[in-house]
Amino acid sequence: MTSILFFEQLLNGIQFGTMLFLMSAGLTLIFGVMGLINLAHGSFYMIGAFSAALIASLTGSFWLALLASLSGAAIAGVLIEIIIIRRLYRRDHLDQVLATFALILLLSEGVRWYFGAFPLYLDIPENLNGTLPILDDIIYSKYRLFIIFMGLLIAVGLYILISKTRLGVRIRAGQNDRQMISALGIDISKLYTIVFALGASLAGLAGAMIGAIQSVEVGMGEPILILAFVVIVIGGIGSIKGALIGSILVGVTDTIGRIFLPELLKIFMESASATSVGSSIGSMLIYILMALILIIKPSGLFGKT
Amino acid sequence: MIIEKTFNKWILVFLFLIPVLGFIFEEPYYITLTTKVVILGIAGIGLNLALGYCGLISFGHAAFFGLGGYVTGILSFHALNSELMFSWPFVSSGSSDMLVIWPIVILSSAFLALIIGLLSLRTTGVYFIMITLAFAQMLYFFAISWPNYGGEDGLSIYMRNSLPMINTMDPLNFYFICLCWLLTVIFISAKLINSSFGMAFQAIKQNEERVKSVGIETFKVKLLVFVISGTITGLAGSLYTDLNRFISPSVLNWQMSGEIMVFVILGGIARLYGPLVGAAFFIVLEQTLGSYTENWQFWLGLILILEILYVRTGILSLFEKKLKYEK
Repeated sequence: MTSILFFEQLLNGIQFGTMLFLMSAGLTLIFGVMGLINLAHGSFYMIGAFSAALIASLTGSFWLALLASLSGAAIAGVLIEIIIIRRLYRRDHLDQVLATFALILLLSEGVRWYFGAFPLYLDIPENLNGTLPILDDIIYSKYRLFIIFMGLLIAVGLYILISKTRLGVRIRAGQNDRQMISALGIDISKLYTIVFALGASLAGLAGAMIGAIQSVEVGMGEPILILAFVVIVIGGIGSIKGALIGSILVGVTDTIGRIFLPELLKIFMESASATSVGSSIGSMLIYILMALILIIKPSGLFGKT
Repeated sequence: MIIEKTFNKWILVFLFLIPVLGFIFEEPYYITLTTKVVILGIAGIGLNLALGYCGLISFGHAAFFGLGGYVTGILSFHALNSELMFSWPFVSSGSSDMLVIWPIVILSSAFLALIIGLLSLRTTGVYFIMITLAFAQMLYFFAISWPNYGGEDGLSIYMRNSLPMINTMDPLNFYFICLCWLLTVIFISAKLINSSFGMAFQAIKQNEERVKSVGIETFKVKLLVFVISGTITGLAGSLYTDLNRFISPSVLNWQMSGEIMVFVILGGIARLYGPLVGAAFFIVLEQTLGSYTENWQFWLGLILILEILYVRTGILSLFEKKLKYEK
């Protein structure tokens, strides 16, 4: 257990966290502005990854594929918002949970129908392959650094969008008082569609970038959806800042916990049982973290009470 | 309402008839299928108490369903392999007797629901939905990574647990055991809902502040409802393990919580027979669609969405509306 390993795992955790941020930023915006619990957010992650894989196989370009993931998920988002989601804003949480749960079934099966059950693969471009030396003796995957960089770029972009632009003013106003901004003559349903599509496209981008490390397959969105919910609940629902801090917290805790908890327990227990106990608790760690935070602060770190 | 009540009576008649027909025409598959409906119906009736009547939207009832299932699986696993389960504070090597297993399942699910309830009920709204989900996910990941009882692969028990004088391996016998539990659970729920305690928890759903101002300690009421609800769902989990003679972490997954919730909402929330009708509808749909197309989940999703967008209040409400139009 050296500091190099620790540093590497820390970077892995941050990379995982930035991906979670792309998912949870959209989720938290959609909840904050429209009051919608969207379980189908993971489906946009999947749609983004499949759009990217499709375009990559047609054109061979990774960058076009990333663009396709953004636009593919955004288009799907707009369509689904107009056809289905729009009717759910006024409903209670229960109807929203059930309808978006059904939407997962529909979208997952639809994608499986079209693309088949076998996973697709998305290749990392040449110039992002390999590793990069950072600091003296630490080398780290270029592609993962690229993911971290993209995540930070989007975090900054979102910050500027929300706090400096006209659209951002409307989104913030929408979070505070929906009736008032529609009374002021702003086309609220158009705003909702834009926010939903924005969230969907960020999820799609995340799906494509992770799809290149893992594989592109049906059902890839649901595990990360649940984690994104954990993130926004920890950060406080509706808060982008909370989503960013929550994502990094969850990403790092999960990665570090799984690796180091078994090692830590070996100090107190025999090796075999330390491994099994450590890995069980390691995989539960973020849920324990979430429960603890909610018990201390029932509306998350940055949530409004 | 009169039509809904008659409909409910017909459901009971059907529940007695279908397996008998299955037995006469030697189609044991239908008996197993109806058993599944009954068991999942029990799980839904449990959730309905918290979700439908008290407004506690728990997205983590798979925790109780799975716990009931695992307690049953582990007890009989030790008994069948005559392996020591633990030796402190007393020696135990499990049990394969349902009369021993059921009380243990009931106690342990109640205890788990008490712990989860104590912690979760401090939050409300979406946070409550998510924290209950988090607790279920904790158990799910624990079950996956704990190697002693099969981990991700699950745990098989070779023989269904036994009851004195009854051959539980016979599908029809096992079905009637489940049906007895269903009737018991419906009876208990009906009594609860119409009691003064039931009035209190239904009033909480409408306006908690007012109930508080009358002097009722709403936290205790909600906690008790949550415990009863979790216990019933836990019992269903126990029967489910016995039905399949197999338990795996997938019953603890959030999709299980989602499905139980679907049964409740599909049938119509806060209706006594709602979850049963929902479960029956869901499983029949799954079977019929599954026999026509490989992509049955697509159509299932579509039907569910249409139901939520247009029927809104569940299948049983269709029978209620008819009455209004007839007048």
